[in-house]
Amino acid sequence: MTDLGHVLTEAFGDEDGVVDVADVMQKMAEHKGCGTSSEGGKASCGSSGGPEDMDPAIWEKVKNHPCYSEEAHHHYARMHVAVAPACNIQCNYCNRKYDCANESRPGVVSEKLTPTQAAKKVLAVASTIPQMTVLGIAGPGDPLANPAKTFETFRQIMEAAPDIKLCLSTNGLALPDYVDEIAKYNVDHVTITINMVDPEIGQHIYPWIFWEHKRITGIEAARILTERQLRGLEMLTERGILAKINSVMIPGVNDQHLVEVNRAVKSRGAFLHNIMPLISAPEHGTVFGLNGQRGPTAQELKALQDSCEGEMNMMRHCRQCRADAVGLLGEDRSAEFTTDKIMEMEVEYDAAGRKAYQQAVEGERQAKVAARQEELATLGGATSAIKLLVAVATKGHGVINEHFGHAKEFQVYELSTAGAKFVGHRRVDLYCQGGYGEEDSLDTIILAINDCHAVFVAKIGGCPKADLLKAGIDPVDQYAHEYIEKSAIIWFKDYLAKVESGAIVHVERGDAAIRQGALLSAA
Amino acid sequence: MAYKIIGSQCTNCSGCEAECPNLAISERGGTFVIDPALCTECIGHFDTPQCVAICPVDNTCVIDTSVPRYHES
Repeated sequence: MTDLGHVLTEAFGDEDGVVDVADVMQKMAEHKGCGTSSEGGKASCGSSGGPEDMDPAIWEKVKNHPCYSEEAHHHYARMHVAVAPACNIQCNYCNRKYDCANESRPGVVSEKLTPTQAAKKVLAVASTIPQMTVLGIAGPGDPLANPAKTFETFRQIMEAAPDIKLCLSTNGLALPDYVDEIAKYNVDHVTITINMVDPEIGQHIYPWIFWEHKRITGIEAARILTERQLRGLEMLTERGILAKINSVMIPGVNDQHLVEVNRAVKSRGAFLHNIMPLISAPEHGTVFGLNGQRGPTAQELKALQDSCEGEMNMMRHCRQCRADAVGLLGEDRSAEFTTDKIMEMEVEYDAAGRKAYQQAVEGERQAKVAARQEELATLGGATSAIKLLVAVATKGHGVINEHFGHAKEFQVYELSTAGAKFVGHRRVDLYCQGGYGEEDSLDTIILAINDCHAVFVAKIGGCPKADLLKAGIDPVDQYAHEYIEKSAIIWFKDYLAKVESGAIVHVERGDAAIRQGALLSAA
Repeated sequence: MAYKIIGSQCTNCSGCEAECPNLAISERGGTFVIDPALCTECIGHFDTPQCVAICPVDNTCVIDTSVPRYHES
């Protein structure tokens, strides 16, 4: 049991959000053993990049950003404010009538906010969740199709809470027109969704764009869009603004082509590439959903991400958040912060308290990295061709601290004699079952982690344990509340020893399914 | 004539409001409405009515035949 992990999990658990910083600092001071934070490997912020791998100026920008640093996403939270409901393009994976795919929709379920309401919400959340470091505007339309609302929101937040990092996510059509304004508000992270660099392919993804007061369709629309996106990316790079590229993997449409997209964005200075699976179910009412266009399987997605990885950093921890998401990636606390509740709140912004909390979190991060290094060292020199995946139930902080039955997602690590590498997550909540309707939840979970050899949990009951074993997945609960990577490496060493001794035979696992639909609030 | 918005179709996205050259569109009771007295069908401004061109849901901004045709003065 890592004391610090336990302390932080208890003190900063998401049950009540109350943080006693003095108490935590005291416990931090008592904790011994925070060692070096060095780690090896190539610069790969999307998976595990640390300060040694990166230009210090870039590390400073990403170290607390859960979307730009996989390492940070265990510790820091983000929020989106839905101030930008209008959009200037139509995508075949989006249907703006329904609040179901991967965004919130105005006027259906979620609330859209005015800039003033949004600024108050940011202060309310920042005061309740001190590890919230990033405010993003990601729609539900396009933030740059709503420039007045987007930039007024940034202006108010910059004034009231200057320590919060600002970012936005755009389709890129209007991006070249607003790069200077983006720079003016110190927005130093921009995500552009780029699904193609070939208009021939683009015409199958985008039915139309609204450009220079006209609706433009077909190849012409896709040509304008790709030109604007790539020009916008170049302009961001020129100004030192970090750009992440999101791409939606659509099997049979752009899946092969995304390797070319990866090269195109890398050569223009993109910092991170996030290839996401298409969310496509008939009930979402999207063109792709209604046409029966399928999404990729877990292994198809991983294979594409792996094939692009040599080219640049790949993001593997994206949760395809809603435009009003609040909290750590993988959790959604937006229901705690509805407009009614926020307007009633007395908000006092405590910048010093937030800073103290975040310093405590930094200590925790260093302890985690040191533990992994220590364990990696014991692997020293061992070589084996065996590579396998394991799933982990965690509530955050880089610790195995979730009960199997409470897990809404599993984080997946690839184990080899090079160490434990985060390669993705598998959601298992039961909302919008999209294809698994009649099966019970355990079958759904097994389908989601079917390519894994083991699942690490804090606790698990007898029945699911037996069913997992029957499915060939080893339920491992002996590392409860221990650090994920350290535990995984210990388990892997033991696994290799058993294979070596002939106690077990290593067999390859099959594929796994990606669950469709958006992550719902835990409330 | 003027354009009108079919309330049951409108997603309340506000795209049309920003594009209307006549400031004829406003939000009322959770949906957007067009003031027929201000709507010019974008004649004299653009080739196509902007509310129709930007609207993400087909057949939501439609011609209101109960209003006389707009004449450019």
